[in-house]
Amino acid sequence: MNTAHRYALSVTGLVGFLVFWEAISQSGWISTTLLPPPSSIAPSLVSEIQEGIWHWMVWASFRHYAIGFFIGSFLGVTLGVLVALFPKVEASQAWLARVLRPIPPLAWIPFAIIWFGISETAAAFIISIGIFWINYFTAMAAVQAVDKDLIEVARAFGHRTFPALLKKVILPGAAPGILSGLRAGLGQGWMTVVAAELFGIEGIGQRMMEASGLLATDVVILYMFSIALLYGISDYIFVSIQNKILAWQR
Amino acid sequence: MAKVIETEDLSVAFGEGDGQNIIFRHLNISVEAGEFVTLVGVSGAGKSTLLRVIADLIPPYEGSVKIDTPQDRARRRIAMVFQSANLMPWRKIGDNVGLGLEGIEVSPEQCRERVRSTLDLVGLGDFSDRWPYQLSGGQRQRVGIARALAVDPDILLMDEPFGALDAITRIALQDELLRIWRETKKSVLFVTHDIEEAVYLGDRVLLLGDRPAHIVNEYKIDIARSQRREGENFMRKVEEVKAGLVDAMALSDGAA
Repeated sequence: MNTAHRYALSVTGLVGFLVFWEAISQSGWISTTLLPPPSSIAPSLVSEIQEGIWHWMVWASFRHYAIGFFIGSFLGVTLGVLVALFPKVEASQAWLARVLRPIPPLAWIPFAIIWFGISETAAAFIISIGIFWINYFTAMAAVQAVDKDLIEVARAFGHRTFPALLKKVILPGAAPGILSGLRAGLGQGWMTVVAAELFGIEGIGQRMMEASGLLATDVVILYMFSIALLYGISDYIFVSIQNKILAWQR
Repeated sequence: MAKVIETEDLSVAFGEGDGQNIIFRHLNISVEAGEFVTLVGVSGAGKSTLLRVIADLIPPYEGSVKIDTPQDRARRRIAMVFQSANLMPWRKIGDNVGLGLEGIEVSPEQCRERVRSTLDLVGLGDFSDRWPYQLSGGQRQRVGIARALAVDPDILLMDEPFGALDAITRIALQDELLRIWRETKKSVLFVTHDIEEAVYLGDRVLLLGDRPAHIVNEYKIDIARSQRREGENFMRKVEEVKAGLVDAMALSDGAA
């Protein structure tokens, strides 16, 4: 399958899905309130933009997302790398991580509100939690999987200090794993954005709650697609940067 | 001739107490300046470990390794070529060759010049900007040799460098290594499990017995290198070393 062929099939799949959905909505079997047709999205978008709501909400959500992403990723990668490098740290965190890891980010909402109030910080905190764990475990595994033979090569050629080995072997060797963790976090973050805003922090999630209360389901769908678009753009940008960094891979 | 490598009652062991695994005990070997010494032995005899102790990658348990070559801040005294080339996949070929030049007193221009000239020496002058994955196994191994030569070492330690290559590439690289050795006058300690290769390359072949390893025998190869691919003298020498190896294996079986 060549690239063009693949591209054509991907477009067909998406367009086919939308056409099928439009047909069901238009057929009258289901009320358009229960399932608004995709063709209603454009008018909703125009009215949301005219009222100045769309870009305001998107920008607010993007802020929470970006802050949560950077904090969660930074802490996750840093701690994951450290844990992998020092066996004693690794042993001391093993059970602790097992206790904390399964707690879903949304379960932290009560504490987020108590600690930070109904604030952007609270939303960013919740978003950062899921991203933290993904990066923590992938960074740890990536460092542990670095080829020991290459560390020996670096030592044989005179690079024997810890900073030198970190810079010349460990971090470049772990880079593919770390980057794939960052990318997974990029998606995970958008999934938590909406939920993190449901309790009243301004953003896409809050607007969706409002709209569903008014049964304005076309507006709900509009924001669902907005998130998909934002994710698509951020993932596209990330992958192009990733491909530059990992040009050495086949 | 001056000895550039000399081990004195060298012992290496891993672990402590009952679980201690003695790799070799009271080993005394030496390599003279400009000499090409090959080291053969039963597998698991600690040949690779010996190279790593000489390269100061593993500490000795007892005894010592003396390296007697001039100190020079613009060079490294010892360089190693590994069994699989072990290039860093995220470095272009030129940067892989320059690995050992980072951290010694070489200007960026000298560094580029040395990378270029060593890549020329192994016949890969045009490959500086390629990634390792774009090279064949034999080419990668040449880069491994260039990386070692770039630091202009007095001593070249080679750990079964051609073991993973196909026969044709191996023969080509053996001859290339001999040419480079003649041109650069390095002292070489070359580990192999291939007896013909050991006899073909070496001025002297050391036969290492099983664990704890010790030198079982030493063979001086006084056949002109041009006469070595085949011919009666060469084959007789190979047979002699082979017989020695079989004896060494019988000995170690008896001991166990």
